[in-house]
Amino acid sequence: MSIGQVFLGLLESGPRHGYDLKRAYDDRFGHVRPLHYGQVYATLSRLLKDGFVELDGVEQVDGPERKRYAVTSAGVTDVDRWLSTAEKPELYLQNTLYTKVVLALLSGRSAADLLDVQRAEHLRHMRELTRRKASGDLADQLVCDHALFHLEADLRWLELTAARLDELTKRVLT
Amino acid sequence: MTAAPLLEADDLHRSFGATPALDGATMRVWPGEVVAVMGSSGSGKSTLLHCLAGILLPDSGVVTYGGRDLSAMSETERSALRRTDFGFVFQFGQLVPELTCLENVALPLRLERIRRGEAERRAAEWLERLEVADLARKRPGETSGGQAQRVAVARALVTRPRVVFADEPTGALDSLNGEKVMRLLTQAARETAAAVVLVTHEARVAGYSDREVVVRDGRTRDLTRAS
Ligand SMILES: Nc1ncnc2c1ncn2[C@@H]1O[C@H](COP(=O)(O)OP(=O)(O)OP(=O)(O)O)[C@@H](O)[C@H]1O
Ligand SMILES: [Mg+2]
Repeated sequence: MSIGQVFLGLLESGPRHGYDLKRAYDDRFGHVRPLHYGQVYATLSRLLKDGFVELDGVEQVDGPERKRYAVTSAGVTDVDRWLSTAEKPELYLQNTLYTKVVLALLSGRSAADLLDVQRAEHLRHMRELTRRKASGDLADQLVCDHALFHLEADLRWLELTAARLDELTKRVLT
Repeated sequence: MTAAPLLEADDLHRSFGATPALDGATMRVWPGEVVAVMGSSGSGKSTLLHCLAGILLPDSGVVTYGGRDLSAMSETERSALRRTDFGFVFQFGQLVPELTCLENVALPLRLERIRRGEAERRAAEWLERLEVADLARKRPGETSGGQAQRVAVARALVTRPRVVFADEPTGALDSLNGEKVMRLLTQAARETAAAVVLVTHEARVAGYSDREVVVRDGRTRDLTRAS
């Protein structure tokens, strides 16, 4: 997951200034680590260079001038691809998965589908580990078991989130 | 996998009073595959399994086994089919407490009028395969939960069924015993080319399957397809 992808997702609901973006990001996803301004402007200039956002206008009320950014259709395509592709099951995915679910809800995409696609990917990986375990020695078995328990924890989270989507939708959209 | 599915359930609906347990469930089972049926509690997994096995009839929708419509059979035909072609493993409580483990495993063969000596010889082979040969003379009450489940798997497989229906077969076991039961069950099923319909809400148990069907509010989502 990159900050850029999250910005694009947030810009889908309308153009924003860098400062707005930072605030929206921190409100929704920055519980652990809020963004620095440096990160915000570096990310925006990279998105601009890649053609994922464009300048939507410059305002100067009182103080410094503020640029407003809008997502381009290439940017929307990038968000689409990111949200519809399952994450490779790795440890400590919660943050990425949570962010994807919230952005799907914000943009009116199906969060249930996103969770289903991810669940299938996790299970596919668990099958592989289960097979590897069957043919391995005790050391292999223990290593695979460790990974399996972690994947299972992710999966339980995916299920619980699927069961709470209605509640989460209300929260996110108000 | 072979072209024709062994079991086909198409758009099943089934209510209990006002409660819709199945609300458009569709799934196929191909010969020899292990399919996990997953979903949260109350989503309709057991009801789907009961319909697939002809224990329950759907209010609407069709279940066919080897091309035959289960609803069109008489109850006698369906129960004969369950004895000869299907095997069952449930969470617990399926062994007859008064019989020894050997007699329990031999029971389905005895019901098929196979004589006692032959039935017990085959039952003993299955106990051996499930690594519980030493329990032959014990009664279920004298075994642990994990051991009893392995005896139950032996009993489900002794008739060489084409489909084994397992509803939370490890639900009452700890991780290590659960793994052992799953390993032995899937291994025995693969060796005898039996398909397995495995109802579970545990992902680690579903890890033993070839693919999964997810049930949510009585509807199925089949994200993986048998190839
Ligand atoms: N015999 C019955 N009589 C009345 N209601 C039933 C009966 N069997 C199932 N139901 C209801 O149908 C719905 C689906 O039940 P089912 O047992 O199929 O769910 P399940 O997915 O197997 O759940 P669990 O994981 O808890 O075993 C539930 O609402 C349940 O209460
Ligand atoms: Mg059930």
